[in-house]
Amino acid sequence: MTQADILPLGPDGLLVRFSDKLSEPANRAALAFRAALEERAVEGVSELATSLTSVLVRFRPDRVGRAALEENLTEALEGRDWQEAPLPEGRTLWHIPATFEGDYAPDLEDAANAVGVSTDDAVRAITGQSLRVLALGFAPGQPYLGFLPDDWNVARRTELTPEVPRGAVLFAVRQIIPFANPAPTGWRQIGWTAFRCYDPAADPPLPLKPGDEVRFAAVPESEIESHRDKPHGGAEPEALS
Amino acid sequence: MSGLEVLSAGPGVSVQDAGRSGGMGQGLSPGGAADRRGYLSGLALMGAPVGRAAIEMAGMGGKFRFKADTRFALTGAVMRASLDGKPLEWHATHRAAAGQTLDIGAAEGGVYGYLTPGGGIDTEPVLGGRGYHRIADLGQPLKPGDTLPIAADPEPDAPPLRLPPEAAPKGPVRVMPGPQTAFFPDAVLEAFEAAQFTRSPKGNRQGVRMEHDGDPFASGAQLNQVSDFITEGDIQMTGDGTPYVLLADCQTMGGYPRIGTVLAADLWRIAQAGPGAGVTFRFVTVEEAEAAWRSDDDLLRALVKRRERRLRDPREMKDLLSYELIGKPEGEVSGQA
Repeated sequence: MTQADILPLGPDGLLVRFSDKLSEPANRAALAFRAALEERAVEGVSELATSLTSVLVRFRPDRVGRAALEENLTEALEGRDWQEAPLPEGRTLWHIPATFEGDYAPDLEDAANAVGVSTDDAVRAITGQSLRVLALGFAPGQPYLGFLPDDWNVARRTELTPEVPRGAVLFAVRQIIPFANPAPTGWRQIGWTAFRCYDPAADPPLPLKPGDEVRFAAVPESEIESHRDKPHGGAEPEALS
Repeated sequence: MSGLEVLSAGPGVSVQDAGRSGGMGQGLSPGGAADRRGYLSGLALMGAPVGRAAIEMAGMGGKFRFKADTRFALTGAVMRASLDGKPLEWHATHRAAAGQTLDIGAAEGGVYGYLTPGGGIDTEPVLGGRGYHRIADLGQPLKPGDTLPIAADPEPDAPPLRLPPEAAPKGPVRVMPGPQTAFFPDAVLEAFEAAQFTRSPKGNRQGVRMEHDGDPFASGAQLNQVSDFITEGDIQMTGDGTPYVLLADCQTMGGYPRIGTVLAADLWRIAQAGPGAGVTFRFVTVEEAEAAWRSDDDLLRALVKRRERRLRDPREMKDLLSYELIGKPEGEVSGQA
């Protein structure tokens, strides 16, 4: 059985897809395979990126032919079970203050009901584990964080909230997203953070990388505004070995 | 200091360049000029390298006052243009004196026009680009009162040039298969190739909707399909089976299945198709798509080769005596080397 499908994505791209369904091992495989390709430094490759379950290999067709590149990628896939691969090194754990109270958490009760726990237990579950940056997407630096436990597999709402603010902490399908920009959404807003996914004034401006981890720290509603003026909204990075 | 003062601007006027590359893994699609060819044509006329920033105008231009003597090019969709009331040739270079006002009206055909000053728009780059990118929330469309800095023109005395018009391409827009093409049954792919589409009025730099009279294009993709990378040119089928061709400001990832990808070489035709324009699509093999790919540098070189010396457009020659052609002969006019 092949480990991944190698598919065309535009005239100058190949997609190495480990699964077309969301899964933790497929996400880990994509992160590990991307790191391996980086080391392999394939001639003519201009960009490497991971989505939830795939690796994008953008190339210069005037420097490397698609067939030769496909062969190279097939070779790189061989000899290792990528779904068993460990996460790449050099990752960061971000401790991000967030509040899960009051007007900052309009849908927390609804979300907790859908999961079948109290709001206190819901917040304990969210803050009690590190969540992986599965991928960045939709807006610059905006992470899809996962995975919450199985009973958090709650579908998005069919009705959209017309707009949630920048920093809204949203939940659906075992994942959490702190929103980079105000936007309409079918996800439930369970909290708010001063952390900005893209902050032109911060160093680095795009703090999160796929494979990094995030741990939310619950702070009272009355305290969260004080984090606005801190670097990264009060979030602190910790190197993971 | 050189600059351009915006006196008025249509709703879709913004600074654009070759886009921001390398950001797909960080949630940033490249963006940049919607019609890559029209943008590169402006660079070719100015003798400028890929990346220099221009002003993109969607459907309608604006009024711009030059703060210093400035050489500029007008390319892309032809728009009615005049400098202090004198009509200007499109697909050509011009020179404005400090204080003159350039008035660019509605597109006479197509959508995206480009105004490229010789030195390029010199705003501060953000995340590696100067272009307005709506869904990434980078930059703003231009509005009255804005003043854009213009970098020094390396060739202020370059002779006037034009790009001779090309025959409009006919026939279907070429589409290559993508990661989700296999989710669509063969009959749906055939119906897609047979369909006569009309470019809907719904469209912007993110994507344009294509309408047709037949059945919607249903994929066999399941609802729990994971979101995955999108590339410019992807033809996304929304929930009701209506195709959207995604342009420069597309999102980086999406969950809707995509039936295929319009070749980069043909995507400008979609960007420039005005509301109501007819479009058909034809699938080509991945090999054909690869053979049709050209780097921006190659495209620019080819456009530079097509440039020709511009004799004054007769429409601009209301008063011959006011031209330096008469008053102060240039070398090539007087026969001097």
